[in-house]
Amino acid sequence: MVSIAEPVAKPATPFRFLLDRRDLLGAIFVAPAILYVLLLVGVPFLMAVYYSVSAYTIYDPSWSFVGLANFEQIIGDPVFRQTLYNTFIFTFGSQILGLILGKFGALVLLRPFFGRKFVRALIILPWAVPIALATVAWQWMFDSLYSVINWTLIALGLITRSEAPNWLGNPHLAMLSVIIVNAWRFFPFAIVIFLAGITSIPQDVLDAATVDGAGFWRRNYQIILPMILPITAIGLIFGIVFTFTDLSIVFLLANGGPVGATSVLGFQGFQTGIVSGDVSHGAAISLFMLPVLLIVVIAMLRFIRRREI
Amino acid sequence: MQRSGLAGVLRETSFYGAVAFFFVLAAFPFYWMVITSFKTNADLYNVTHIPFWFNDPPTLEHFRYLFEKTLFATWLLNSLIIGVCVTAITLVTALPAAYSLARLTGRNGEALGIGIFLTYLVPPTLLFLPLSRVVATLGLQNSMWSLVLVYPTFTIPFCTWLLMGFFKALPPEIEEAAIVDGCSLFGAFVKMAIPLSLPGILTVVIFTFTLTLQEFVYALTFVSASDQKPITLGVATDLIRGDIFYWGEIMAGALIASVPVAIAYNLFLDRFISGITGGAVK
Repeated sequence: MVSIAEPVAKPATPFRFLLDRRDLLGAIFVAPAILYVLLLVGVPFLMAVYYSVSAYTIYDPSWSFVGLANFEQIIGDPVFRQTLYNTFIFTFGSQILGLILGKFGALVLLRPFFGRKFVRALIILPWAVPIALATVAWQWMFDSLYSVINWTLIALGLITRSEAPNWLGNPHLAMLSVIIVNAWRFFPFAIVIFLAGITSIPQDVLDAATVDGAGFWRRNYQIILPMILPITAIGLIFGIVFTFTDLSIVFLLANGGPVGATSVLGFQGFQTGIVSGDVSHGAAISLFMLPVLLIVVIAMLRFIRRREI
Repeated sequence: MQRSGLAGVLRETSFYGAVAFFFVLAAFPFYWMVITSFKTNADLYNVTHIPFWFNDPPTLEHFRYLFEKTLFATWLLNSLIIGVCVTAITLVTALPAAYSLARLTGRNGEALGIGIFLTYLVPPTLLFLPLSRVVATLGLQNSMWSLVLVYPTFTIPFCTWLLMGFFKALPPEIEEAAIVDGCSLFGAFVKMAIPLSLPGILTVVIFTFTLTLQEFVYALTFVSASDQKPITLGVATDLIRGDIFYWGEIMAGALIASVPVAIAYNLFLDRFISGITGGAVK
């Protein structure tokens, strides 16, 4: 005989009815997280917007409203226009390089070979290790005197010691260097994203396509690529947002230099708002990130939605 | 279809060439960290030496200097304290929030969840100016406690999103059975949902900790007193005297701080990816 257990009647506490109301408990549960985010992201965000239309500096915290004067001034500043241009070059250069490396890396890691797990574990490192520390290692590799890259080039006979490039001292090479370091930091993430996408494709879909006569390239471009697009889009959101707003690589590797050649929006906002104490102009510079971020996020979200339906 | 011998050899060679390329690209800067941190200064700063291995016997001098003559041990401790406190704040707020959004609030929960996640994308370089004023108003400027206050602004959204995924993967019948047996809704959360999602909670703990170790911008903005710096900031900015970089010490410090993060990432990578890509992969 199966005996049915009596529901255990617990002594009702006065608050019991509160804890059983789904909507109420739901609201109580979510409140601390929402409050934290509202107070320390939402409110500061509005403050940043107000700073940008005020005359606020750390020496004169007046909050007086100046309209769009700050924006007019920074747009008129050639240094800022250079910064804006640098930010786009830095973002798209490193994302394209990172994606290409990521796609090829994923193709390599898809094929089983001896030691694949070990290689995969090592390839994750650039993305896992704190970027500030990895950047310092790159700074040492790009050193003007003891650069291991230059040493190798000289040893291979490709250049002579007098021609050795000063990676972080030449404006173009400095931009190239920060792009390389950022692409280096993101390519493992791109590999992992591509791998996750490709391995999530059901094998029978690919088999069916093969039976129907689709060759390698056709499978690659008409089945695999469309199917991994949503996950790639998510990866790109992260990549673009974190690169476009980056400060640490540029700050540590080249300190925005030489002569502003690697200055990007995040760096310029920091220099103006924190180092020089001109908070209102710093905030206005930082706010220039916002339209790009909004466009990227909205475009990607719409894209993901459309594909799911 | 068997390829001809020569084409096969070429294919294999280019494949392993590609493996070697990615291997060197990813690992070389870390190899460089290791070899620099164990080299004597005489060996480091000599351009006639072959830089890829030890020309003098390896030395622990840089590590000794780091622990005895710099604030490295303090930075290590600061990072540990910050990591533990931020993880605690994150768990206490994100765990119920994620459960609520996954289970209790229905369709609105989904939208609210995406909203919270999007705040993760609001960059520090947009918020650091107003937040430095908030930090100053609270009297926390130049103190590591400012980081304990501010880091949850990105760990809470991130971890709420991760945990939502874990709670959604649990079959709701288990909690329903507990409620039928006399548990309150709250009781079902504490006694059923939390124990069953322990792997998810562990993932969140690991990633909260690594996110705090990786953060640089807020630390740079709010903390300039050497003895209050977390390890990443200390190693990157404090081991320079004037124009002289202490490369051996810098690389030794970077190595010590990197190893635990690297191990954690490799152990929890798959969960991390399924977490951030959320609903994109069906």
